[in-house]
Amino acid sequence: MHKKLEARNVNVFYDQTHVIKDVNLAVEQHSVTAFIGPSGCGKSTFLRLYNRMNDLIEGFRKEGEILIDGRDIYQRDLRVEDLRKKVGMVFQKPNPFPKSIYENVIYGLKIRGVNNKNLLDETVERCLRQAALWDEVKDNLRKSALALSGGQQQRLCIARAIATEPSVLLMDEPASALDPISTSKVEELIYELKSQFTIIIVTHNMQQAGRVSDKTAFFYLGELVECDSTKKIFTNPTDSRTQDYITGRFG
Amino acid sequence: MTHLEAEIKNLKTELLDMFHLVRTQLEKSRESLVRLDKDLAREVMVNEKRVNAFELKVDRDCENTIALFNPVAIDLRFVLACLKINSNLERIGDIADGICQFVLNIKMEPEKDLLEATRMMEMFDTSIEILEEVRLAFENEDTRLARSVFKKDELLDEINMNANQAVAEFIKNHPDRINQSLYLLSSIRKLERVGDQCKNISEEIIFYIEAKVLKHKSREQKQA
Repeated sequence: MHKKLEARNVNVFYDQTHVIKDVNLAVEQHSVTAFIGPSGCGKSTFLRLYNRMNDLIEGFRKEGEILIDGRDIYQRDLRVEDLRKKVGMVFQKPNPFPKSIYENVIYGLKIRGVNNKNLLDETVERCLRQAALWDEVKDNLRKSALALSGGQQQRLCIARAIATEPSVLLMDEPASALDPISTSKVEELIYELKSQFTIIIVTHNMQQAGRVSDKTAFFYLGELVECDSTKKIFTNPTDSRTQDYITGRFG
Repeated sequence: MTHLEAEIKNLKTELLDMFHLVRTQLEKSRESLVRLDKDLAREVMVNEKRVNAFELKVDRDCENTIALFNPVAIDLRFVLACLKINSNLERIGDIADGICQFVLNIKMEPEKDLLEATRMMEMFDTSIEILEEVRLAFENEDTRLARSVFKKDELLDEINMNANQAVAEFIKNHPDRINQSLYLLSSIRKLERVGDQCKNISEEIIFYIEAKVLKHKSREQKQA
């Protein structure tokens, strides 16, 4: 299996606070990896390392290497804009732009100067289909994205994230603000998308981690306690802290 | 198809494979007994390890499905039923294995008179037929067919009950064939258990499809 993402001896500090402690983690291509752990354990911070979203936080300091396809993404000559074309992100709350559905999907391509109408039309249809939203919105592509339901907005954000053809998708609690039906649609979508993308999902919902991921990484107090196949983690975890967390004994 | 639906479909396919494996074991044990084919009996005993390994695999997959997907309602009942059906099938595999052990122990082909008097082959055929019917009921979610098994099991019970008398008389007339007769009687007892296991499987099929618990109910209540 190709190691798509690799973290080597990663430590992160916010000023004097040591928030990620010597984490080593490899993520295989075309897999879904779930990050779980109690609030404040560092899982979102760790996720945001992969697209350098922490860089502008005051006091942020990182040690160690984060590699994508074998290349350190914190090298000076790497442009963050280029990195983010390869690494898409979906956030906890749907955040469509106050524009039409169509314009939301093509936003990333537009700012890169793509103007070919046929290409844009094709991209909109392909991405909305991949995001399992096409059938619901195909007759209203010029409608404001803000008029969609929460679940539809989140799937639109996923369509927008994949329109620039990234190879990695980061999802920070993508279904926590959604109702159960929308949650299940987004989960099914994640399952479908893994054939084309390498996906990392941060979730507080352990059942969700079980349903969607191939591997699960458990973080606790900034440490990566255990990372293994999701089946192993949910049936017979190695570390007693993982067991205590997934069985609800703490956190 | 949702991820859970795919898992459930996979579990069903695995269990149907287990049905097939166990049925083949039972058929081969029948053949090995009729022809006193010790090689075939040994083959069944070797394959028993495959049945055991398959049982563990299905168990593990059920455990994973519960742990990862938290199935509810009919999905949960299906997984719970799979666990029990799996265990029942494994026991039928044990029965085929046990009969083959007898085949290895007896020295000459079973007497035709004794087979006829005990209705041994009828019992074998009925057991295999019932097993096939519960497999079809499981595959097609057919609770009517599952219920029909309760009636057929009575035939096995009847043959089993009459076997004592038949064997006693045979021994009286052929005192040199005591061992063979006892082995056969023991095989009949085992085949009677196949009927019980199939009945249990039928109860599980009805439980998962109709959410009705038929365990410990009278025959009339089960047929309703």
